[in-house]
Amino acid sequence: MQVKINGRVEQLAPCTIETLVRQRGLKPEALVVEHNLKIIQQALWSGIALREGDTLELLSFVGGG
Amino acid sequence: MENDVLQLGNRRFTNRLFTGTGKFANNALIPQMLEGSGSQMITVALRRVDLAAQEENILNYIPKSVTLLPNTSGARTAQEAVRIARIAREAGCGEFIKIEVITDSKYLMPDNYETLKATELLAKEGFVVLPYVLPDLTLAKRLEDAGAAAVMPLGAPIGSNRGLETAALIALLIETRRVPVIVDAGIGRPSQAAAAMEMGADAVLVNTAIATAQDPVAMGRAFALAVQAGRMAYLAELAEQSSLARASSPLTGFLGGD
Repeated sequence: MQVKINGRVEQLAPCTIETLVRQRGLKPEALVVEHNLKIIQQALWSGIALREGDTLELLSFVGGG
Repeated sequence: MENDVLQLGNRRFTNRLFTGTGKFANNALIPQMLEGSGSQMITVALRRVDLAAQEENILNYIPKSVTLLPNTSGARTAQEAVRIARIAREAGCGEFIKIEVITDSKYLMPDNYETLKATELLAKEGFVVLPYVLPDLTLAKRLEDAGAAAVMPLGAPIGSNRGLETAALIALLIETRRVPVIVDAGIGRPSQAAAAMEMGADAVLVNTAIATAQDPVAMGRAFALAVQAGRMAYLAELAEQSSLARASSPLTGFLGGD
């Protein structure tokens, strides 16, 4: 299935947000996940299966003025 | 001075130096800088993660007692700024938001028009909105009407360290303010921060000049002292300037008379 991650369309095997975060080696505590324009709290990541055409933004807070 | 409090939203600030988390050579310097300066509010930015090289979580370096001021940097339109603000709030960063909408990549001048639109939308959603703008009196009035919690005029381009190049325009904002005026961007030296406070600015926001100093912790402290001195001078009301000398000692003859 195709999922848009941070603006890029990617081919993914079926997975949840939680598995994707783990596969990519991202630190959950540093991550803000927006799924189809909705912020998903970390506790809910394992319950949300990604679907064809979904949009995912993986964001984090960084230094800025 | 003990009772001199700056209220923004439901927060009370006794330190009028606001700081930023950008450009530190080492993030571990941030908590030391905060402790040394006593700064009570600090900016952070939100970015897409680099899937190749993940950065540290900047929030881990900010003590809970310090108010977070997420900015909307990267936004090119009001709608993008609104979206970033909502994400920051939902991610647990609180109600404060610095609106920064920039389309000019050379001078990084804020887009005042888009910033006003974003202010209107976000103030209605209950955000404590701090818009970063070019100092324009008419716009400042519109921002106040739109519910901005403060107006944040730039002193000089972001990161330029050139000081209060827009001083005369900022003075108009201060004279007519209905909400606090916070000078943001361009302040390069503690003396410039003190000058802004002497003029009557309610606070200053300094990032680059502290973060890129050889010793950011000492520079943070130097800025805090300058801001305090400038504020005290403003409250004490500066003495008048004169084009002629006015003797401060008696001018009557002493030894020279007959």
